[in-house]
Amino acid sequence: MHPAFSVVFLTTLIGVGQGLFLAVFTGQSYSAVELLPTEDSVMFYGTGAMIALGFLVAGLIASVFHLGRPERAWRAATRWRTSWLSREVIALPAVMGLVFIYAIMHYFGWDTVIFTSSTGARLQATLVVGTLGAVATFALFLCTGMIYAAVKFLQEWATPLTVINYLLLGTMSGFTLAVAFASYTAPDLVGFFAVWTTIITVAAFITRMASLIRNNNIKYKSSMQTALGIRHSQIQQKSMGFMGGSVNTRDFFHHKTLMFMKNIKWIFILLVFPIPLFFMWMGINSGNSNVMLTAFIIQYIGLLAERWFFFAQANHPQNLYYQTVG
Amino acid sequence: MTQLALVIDLNVCVGCHACVTSCKEWNTSGPAGTMCDDNPYGESPTGTFFNRVQTYEVGVFPNTETVHFPKSCLHCEDPPCVPVCPTGASYKRENDGIVLVDYDKCIGCRYCSWACPYGVREIDEHEKVMKKCTLCVDRLYDESLPEAERKPACVMACPTSARLYGDVHDPESEVSVAIRENGGYALMPEWGTKPSNHYLPRRKTRLHIHEDELQRADNPLTKEQREHAAPVEGPILDDTTSW
Repeated sequence: MHPAFSVVFLTTLIGVGQGLFLAVFTGQSYSAVELLPTEDSVMFYGTGAMIALGFLVAGLIASVFHLGRPERAWRAATRWRTSWLSREVIALPAVMGLVFIYAIMHYFGWDTVIFTSSTGARLQATLVVGTLGAVATFALFLCTGMIYAAVKFLQEWATPLTVINYLLLGTMSGFTLAVAFASYTAPDLVGFFAVWTTIITVAAFITRMASLIRNNNIKYKSSMQTALGIRHSQIQQKSMGFMGGSVNTRDFFHHKTLMFMKNIKWIFILLVFPIPLFFMWMGINSGNSNVMLTAFIIQYIGLLAERWFFFAQANHPQNLYYQTVG
Repeated sequence: MTQLALVIDLNVCVGCHACVTSCKEWNTSGPAGTMCDDNPYGESPTGTFFNRVQTYEVGVFPNTETVHFPKSCLHCEDPPCVPVCPTGASYKRENDGIVLVDYDKCIGCRYCSWACPYGVREIDEHEKVMKKCTLCVDRLYDESLPEAERKPACVMACPTSARLYGDVHDPESEVSVAIRENGGYALMPEWGTKPSNHYLPRRKTRLHIHEDELQRADNPLTKEQREHAAPVEGPILDDTTSW
């Protein structure tokens, strides 16, 4: 497929936003049961959720560039019964709304304690909203992944690994940002987030490698024989019916060399997994917040390459019909 | 239930592209708006087309065969492009099975083009909506046209009658008979899309001549040869005389 940069930015940006919100909310829920110290509502929880919201909004803006008729985008919420894209169109504003409410409740201190257990654990109103937000966030990850995993013709995508990778890669990038953010605003959470970032990064590395290995050994169901219905092992296209390009030649192929594809694969593997982890721990050891932020920036650039590769690697069966200009 | 569709006879198609041009001509002139056509006489022309004729070579020289292969929307009975549409712009008509796009609802997200394994959906670069073969739905029911012309423009244009049009659910229709009797098949059956359009394969006309047809079993000459006298034993004049 031809990687559209609008979609590359959409999926990576909302991944960061969702991950960062999950990180901030994880921090709060640990503190509710007194496993972590409670942080400042405005500085940490409120601002963190607002930054997450910023990433979600940026993703939404990027997505608009993918649409031919963005003024009709509201219609996309109507077919949620059958279309994962429609479900995403509903889930994304739902996440944004809940993150926004979560943020302003922290900002303005609208945080009544609903219930206190005998052990001292507190159920606050923000926790309830945050839980809803976390559920919506996971639903959004599912929708985003399923948009790709549900297209059975694109065999590189049609696997549960696609959904798992969207979930883990997004969460990973959000937690990496949370480490840097905590180092500025809540230094006592840095270690907590760093451990989680490491765990999620390792998990994401395993599942992303699993999908790369799977896609290396993929057996395509369609062939020239099934595309034309002609039973002969030697079929060559002599003409695709036109000399100039068309949507068929532009939208379904990355137009890059095999060498480029190979290089970008290794680049993203390095930029997404080992290098950010190295920078993050180096920043923690030296107590330098900027190095931790650098870890996130490197990882985000790596994720852009990863997402580009994800799209480019998918081989659409329609390409069987468009092989020769003549 | 009716399912209108095309049957394309690969044995007859000569690859003249008349269906391509008449399709574009009819559909770009209709009330649904033009199909974009950029740089048509320039270096790299591009534009929206509902129908294309491709050419393939089957076999290895000298045993090759040229196959001209017209390709347009197959109006699948289970169209994968319809459920993925987030707006409901992509739909399949209940009454005749034609798969259409509502140009007023389409947001141009291209998701349906990903979900079509045949690559027959294109975004119109000017109108920014998805377009595809409509089976000339604006001809089929137009009572101002003579009845013989109420069929797709490509079918009207085909000089060799390689394109048949009709209801593939009616077992006695011309298309159903052609599919049944001439080995009609669907493209990429592995995806379960159940395309309504079918293709008829190339058919070889072979002359079968039995040996009996070259040599009469009751040829009187054969009879005579069989009754030649046995060769004479002992020396004959030829053995001793050189003339």
